[in-house]
Amino acid sequence: MADAILRLEGLRKAYGALKVTDDVTLDVRPGELHAIIGPNGAGKTTLIHQVSGLAASDSGRILFDSADVTRLTMAQRVHRGLARSFQITSILPGFSALENVALAVQARSGSSFRLFGDASRERGLNEEAMSYLAQVGLGHRAIIPSGQLSHGEKRGLELAIALATRPMLLLLDEPLAGTGHEESERVVETLRGLKGRYTIVLIEHDMNAVFSLADRVSVLVYGRVIATGRPDEVRANPEVRAAYLGEEAA
Amino acid sequence: MNEIATPSPAALDVPRAPALRRYGVPVLVFAAFALAPIAAAQGAEGYILSLLTRVMIFAIAAMSLDLILGYGALVSFGHAAFLGIGAYAVGILASHGIESALVQLLAALGASALFALVTGAISMRTKGVYFIMITLAFGQMLYFLATSLSAYGGDDGLTLPSRSLLFGANLLKGDHAFYYAVLGCLLGCYLLCRSVVASRFGRVLRGAKENAVRMQAIGFAPYRFQLGAYVLAGTLCGLAGFLLANQTEFVSPAYMTWQRSGELIVVVVLGGLASLHGAIIGAAAFLLLEEVLSGYTEHWKMIFGPLLVLVVLYARGGILGMMGGRHG
Repeated sequence: MADAILRLEGLRKAYGALKVTDDVTLDVRPGELHAIIGPNGAGKTTLIHQVSGLAASDSGRILFDSADVTRLTMAQRVHRGLARSFQITSILPGFSALENVALAVQARSGSSFRLFGDASRERGLNEEAMSYLAQVGLGHRAIIPSGQLSHGEKRGLELAIALATRPMLLLLDEPLAGTGHEESERVVETLRGLKGRYTIVLIEHDMNAVFSLADRVSVLVYGRVIATGRPDEVRANPEVRAAYLGEEAA
Repeated sequence: MNEIATPSPAALDVPRAPALRRYGVPVLVFAAFALAPIAAAQGAEGYILSLLTRVMIFAIAAMSLDLILGYGALVSFGHAAFLGIGAYAVGILASHGIESALVQLLAALGASALFALVTGAISMRTKGVYFIMITLAFGQMLYFLATSLSAYGGDDGLTLPSRSLLFGANLLKGDHAFYYAVLGCLLGCYLLCRSVVASRFGRVLRGAKENAVRMQAIGFAPYRFQLGAYVLAGTLCGLAGFLLANQTEFVSPAYMTWQRSGELIVVVVLGGLASLHGAIIGAAAFLLLEEVLSGYTEHWKMIFGPLLVLVVLYARGGILGMMGGRHG
């Protein structure tokens, strides 16, 4: 593996005349927590959609683990170790928290074209799923239908599902979105626990969280990366201050 | 972090409704069908056996539809095509002198599976209303193909010389024998579907119904599972077609009209979506209501229609939901 586990080269995406991703080139190093920040509408979520495979790119390349994954489907990228969470909670609300995670375990362990045997009773799947739920502090909520979990718990469940795919790299799209103060502290603690064990690309609006967690920060404005560097470098960058931080950090 | 120290194995199991509620209704349903011939012996036996046999055959067709409609949210408006395929497999082979039940059954299931695979692979590329329309279109294609088969009766259909032969003998000839053969098929289909729904495969299918993007994001390609379910559902409905031809000893394009496809959807919704035995109850309710109401007026659907509206409005779980049976 070269010095980058994920490399974006000249990635572009336009909706009509609107360039949402405009020539993005970016390296993510193994083991780092790389935050991507930017004002609303900067194209952060679209970029995650492109990297994860939910949205196709107009041009450019996505190299993951030294292989070109630009044309792979989302499911294929997941099998290569590229997992994501969603800004707007995406779970299976009618399934228990445990089954949400167990399905992700099932996706990479053996064939799912089995027509016999009760999947919800497969001990191997359930025990592994349970360990991921415990990591995000939801062990005691395993059998609750996930639609009935609190918002903060659902955010945690999303993380557990992503972890259950055994990713090399986690793309986290605003894991703190919509959480209250206490809940967000809990999620930040969870992220801190994951940091170092996984390579993480984090999109987040909460600047306190970003600057306390990130090893490196990239700033996206109108689809372009205007700066990448250590948090203190980015914070001191005059262009960034003008474009973004100025508004909030004044 | 609230960590549970080694969760006990029991805690890992998903909680279940009490056994009585899980198995109570289906056991009652099958017990009723098993004992019905005894009760029927007291009255108009031939008529009752024939009506209940018809109910069970439609229950198989509706249950197979429930597999994709209830558990996969795939609204197929061409499911009756498989009834037709199963029936014509019997009719066409019989008209060429091949009357072995085994051969006919294999042909019925094989042709149904193949038709499901080809049309499903195309239909599954669409969603929502387009999926409904394209399945309807495939169903209509087959219907008009059948009406144009002049060698096999065309519009008028064709009459079978007899029921299919088992081991070269006419074992299915008697009404009782045929009744229990159909009951056996219904039970087999139910147990198979029950197993499939709870299996790994079924869990992916159910997951894709709830949130297809989520399923992709954990590494599943829902298309393959939905197509697999579509083929299984089509094959089981082909079995129903095989039985239908044998019961009536007659095959006709009327088996696969789009109205028939619509009725199958009605039966599933009426009984209770995504429950499997709801389809049996729905089929019984539909055909018995038809029988009773049409005794009063030939416009029986004018009465049935409003009843269906009430069920859909006030009992989302269908008849099964009203009974408080297990759902999902």
